[in-house]
Amino acid sequence: MQRKFVVSDSEKCTGCQICEYICSAVKEGGFNPLLSRIRTLRIEPAFNISMACRLCEDPTCVKSCPRKALSKDEETGIIIVDEEKCNGCAWCIETCEFGAIALHSAKKTIIVCDLCDGDPKCLSYCPTEALSLKTPEEISQKTRKKAIVTLASRTSE
Amino acid sequence: MMYGYSGRMLIADLTSKKTKIEAISEIFCRKFIGGNGFTISFLYEHQKLGIDPLSPDNVLVFAVGPFSGTVIPTSAKYVVQAKSPLTNFQGKSIGSSFWSQAFRRAGYDALLIKGRAKKPTYLFIDDDIVEFRDAKDLWGRDCWETDKIIRDTIGDDNVRVATIGPAGENLVRFASIVSDHHHEDDGRTGMGAVMGSKQLKAVAVRGSKTVEVAKLDELLDLCKEYYKKIIKGLTSTIMKDLGTIGTGMEYLSNYATPIRNFQSTDAFKESTLMSEDIRKISTEWMRKQYVHKSIACAGCPIGCDHIDFIRVGPYKGEAYKMEYQGMYALGTNCGIWYLPAIVKAGQLCDTLGIDVISTGVVIAWAMECSERGILTLKDTRGIDLTFGNHVALMEIIPKIAHREGLGDILAEGVKRASEKIGKGSEKFAMHSKGLEFPGFDVRGLKATALSFAVSTRGADHMSSAVFGPEIRGRINRFKFEKGQGGFVAEKENNLTLYDLLMICRFSGDLWMNVYSDLSHLYTLVTGIPLTSEELRAAGERVWNMEKAYNIREGWTRKDDSLPPRVFNDPIPDGDAKGSHLTKEEFDFMLDDYYAARGWTRDGMSTKKKLIELGLNDVAKEVGV
Repeated sequence: MQRKFVVSDSEKCTGCQICEYICSAVKEGGFNPLLSRIRTLRIEPAFNISMACRLCEDPTCVKSCPRKALSKDEETGIIIVDEEKCNGCAWCIETCEFGAIALHSAKKTIIVCDLCDGDPKCLSYCPTEALSLKTPEEISQKTRKKAIVTLASRTSE
Repeated sequence: MMYGYSGRMLIADLTSKKTKIEAISEIFCRKFIGGNGFTISFLYEHQKLGIDPLSPDNVLVFAVGPFSGTVIPTSAKYVVQAKSPLTNFQGKSIGSSFWSQAFRRAGYDALLIKGRAKKPTYLFIDDDIVEFRDAKDLWGRDCWETDKIIRDTIGDDNVRVATIGPAGENLVRFASIVSDHHHEDDGRTGMGAVMGSKQLKAVAVRGSKTVEVAKLDELLDLCKEYYKKIIKGLTSTIMKDLGTIGTGMEYLSNYATPIRNFQSTDAFKESTLMSEDIRKISTEWMRKQYVHKSIACAGCPIGCDHIDFIRVGPYKGEAYKMEYQGMYALGTNCGIWYLPAIVKAGQLCDTLGIDVISTGVVIAWAMECSERGILTLKDTRGIDLTFGNHVALMEIIPKIAHREGLGDILAEGVKRASEKIGKGSEKFAMHSKGLEFPGFDVRGLKATALSFAVSTRGADHMSSAVFGPEIRGRINRFKFEKGQGGFVAEKENNLTLYDLLMICRFSGDLWMNVYSDLSHLYTLVTGIPLTSEELRAAGERVWNMEKAYNIREGWTRKDDSLPPRVFNDPIPDGDAKGSHLTKEEFDFMLDDYYAARGWTRDGMSTKKKLIELGLNDVAKEVGV
């Protein structure tokens, strides 16, 4: 079975940062994008996207941690952080290809998306419904569908 | 601990390169709420009387509100206030961006800047550390370059920058302050020139503190409802789909959008003379042709900025947002209907750091001067300022920002430029108190005419926004009736409140009862109980405070004026044909408004009113 993770549709995403605010509020009790497990990115003039942990099958972060503070939950696929072991060296942050890991400024340990027990709060607040929980197969289905619709409309023109 | 506020103002003295922190008390917060309430109070307190706005004596105040940095919809606004080099009265401009949020997270509610740096400087506020940095390499750069260079130098995209462009450096009287590229929402009254006069290129901020609120769970639940509601709202849906162009179409098709420097309102007739057919500028058509992508300010579920990519023609490859005020000022008012040119011109204004409205109005005035032979090709140094010539528009905009040739005169604003050129050109210089007219032909929107005249910052469409009720027939747009002065005043109080809480006017669809809804939100955020009546009074208090500031600077009834064209030249065409104002009618309007405000017949603040609003010290100084 493929695992679901939070994906963002850049065509819908407006870069409003609401996901960051909600994540930090739910996890940290206050508003601060730096403490969010999902992060937005805007490339001027108009490209926007949000990024969170993609639950890699063979996560480089886990492999790279020198203190073995990170592990993958076999059932859910999320990255579990042992805060006792983590010393905030940021090696995992460097190795993650998606920039999906951040350092908690106060605790000095790393933070990463844990899918809020399977019900990510950022999703329900996203005002443009740009965020969704999808498996890689669902993502490819959507992409295929879009490509076919575009091709079909060109053929009928 | 105080929620909703940092409780601190940062004072930066550019002359001495010293900073200090001043505490902001809860009593003060409750009385002035935030944003515009803070800026006018500090300006009133810290500024000497009768100063030259472009001298080191001017004080420039930035502020955010109690909702800044939270998820409350549309709470990304910040305000900048100083004495205006255009009007010599209070000047302010409200921007919307990520800067406000970063500033709040850095741990401040307000920033007061005084003095003048010896050489080009930028401020870097890194939470509690404040640096005066050398801006030698930034001087002369445009706003977007400056933004990028500062972020790259510091090496962090979390740094947010509010900057001036060449126009601010060159003291163009309507220079703007631009933050985060496309979010120069409002560059009015020349705050960029004040920054330039202080040799202050930019204010960069990095904020890493967490913004906490009194009742987090309740606030989160309420905001979830608000997000659902706002994307279905009448106005917000239009804003989401098309931005201000969407609502602007109502004015264009109802003979209320000025064309060719207020010489026409008939878009249907005018456009047949031009290359584009105005009937095509429908919502659907615009979306297909130009709108590529909506982008949002921080924490905003609407996302009204629509980035247009030009695919063909001379401006191919350019990308910028299209807005109603830009479409009017740089478009219809200059006789230009070619949309890609309007997009490009807007982008030029934003990168050079000049106000779109003032720029368009002063150019349209110069175009009419050319039409009437008051300005010749020799005066314009070969630029053919004929209505409709978008090539000339692209040539003249940078000349204004760099104060070259005729641009040096236009950079003074339409009031001063027309006084200098003379030859009757004052009669069609469209401004009030020196601030250029936004895109509403007030000859056929009479309550708006009053609103433009009495606004404390000059011709201002955001102060009461009564053009909405007028165009939708809630009040008769062609006939001013007794009581409408009170209607305008109430709207002003109401919208001032948005600027205290620092939320966007496009949040209007959310509120069932604006005062009780907002006072409830205020209490959830701050924990401070506040009644609807207290909140309503705060709006009125701040409006009166701004008025008192102007009185202290020498305001008299004759300053609440409208340009001669509004009285002398009836609207020549279209459904609004023949409509204009008479002097008697205008006097009646002012009387009605001043009475509703509780001011004297001369428009002076009364001791009684000021004391009623808790402004006892102000009452002593200016009240009669």
